[in-house]
Amino acid sequence: MVVSVISKIGKGLNVSSLTSQSFIERLIQEDYKFFTGVPCSLLSGLIYELEDQNQNQKEEIRYIPSVREDAAVGLCVGAYLAGTMPVLLMQNSGLGYCLNAFTSLNLIYKIPALVIMSWRGKAGKDAPEHIIMGDIDQELLKTAGMEYSILSEENCEEVLKKAKQKICEEKLPYTLIVEKGLFDERH
Amino acid sequence: MKGTEAFQELIPLIEDEPVVHANGFICRESFALKDREANFYMIGSMGLASSIGLGVALCKPDKKVIIIDGDGNVLMAMGTLAMIAAEAPKNLIHVVIDNEVYESTGSQRSLSNKVKLEEVARSTGYKNVLRVEKKEEIKAAFLKLKDSEGPNFLLIKVEPGFDPATGRVTHTPEEITDRFMQAIG
Repeated sequence: MVVSVISKIGKGLNVSSLTSQSFIERLIQEDYKFFTGVPCSLLSGLIYELEDQNQNQKEEIRYIPSVREDAAVGLCVGAYLAGTMPVLLMQNSGLGYCLNAFTSLNLIYKIPALVIMSWRGKAGKDAPEHIIMGDIDQELLKTAGMEYSILSEENCEEVLKKAKQKICEEKLPYTLIVEKGLFDERH
Repeated sequence: MKGTEAFQELIPLIEDEPVVHANGFICRESFALKDREANFYMIGSMGLASSIGLGVALCKPDKKVIIIDGDGNVLMAMGTLAMIAAEAPKNLIHVVIDNEVYESTGSQRSLSNKVKLEEVARSTGYKNVLRVEKKEEIKAAFLKLKDSEGPNFLLIKVEPGFDPATGRVTHTPEEITDRFMQAIG
């Protein structure tokens, strides 16, 4: 699978090639090896793949379940300080919990992380608890000075490159927003 | 024992271990006594010293990692105790300086006069848990925990009495990151 993913990179990923499995393998290829977060159904396929990698020990990667999103930020900070590139997976509902950690830790200590955040409440179509955050999450990121991209099959390679540049050169977190339907959901 | 006395006992026992310090007087006491490159000082993000320490411990399994935390911090992030116990890093020592108040904001009471944090740690599954109330007990307790497979928990009960004249950490946050990363390789 890794070989087939590599062969697609030069050509750019096509619509059928972005799956939970190919995306996780792509992240591992980019040297992201420490994954943690709080689940969202929109990210369930990704977390399933990570647990699968854990079990099969295909790579030296791990997924640590966090109890809160801000604890996941802390865990990512520790991993980065210890020389491992971290990824935080969470629903946008977790952004509120994380803002203090991002602003008083990551942004001022220059400690990056790749954040994969699901977008519940998009366009007001979701359960009531998601509507407001679905409307303001991108504004919150902008206000905090945190760059992001809405991930799609077409822009995947481009935004991974942008994220890597932000993370490695500017040492800042970068967020990839995941809409419903981009990855498979596994229940 | 005063908080300062606990630090005077504890800090000389630390060798080359990475130490993650909680915000507030924990950082300031340690910094004032002995500044080290392998000290990570938090100036904000209350509650996250424990998860940062866990992340370091998981990614550096060959190094003993020490967290110096406070009761308010532990109470804020009690779920992190469960994460530490579940991941069970053998190389992690979680020290809690428990003065039962939020001292750096004016000594408002916390809940640790009623809730025994060492019992919380024990019931989540920390391997070895010790509680000390006299400064003479700190050395033996800490060295015992350092020599035993973790995750281990040391609760040090202290009286409030932080000297507000104690200096603040003078390094910038970015400097703290850079020197800590270089020190732990």
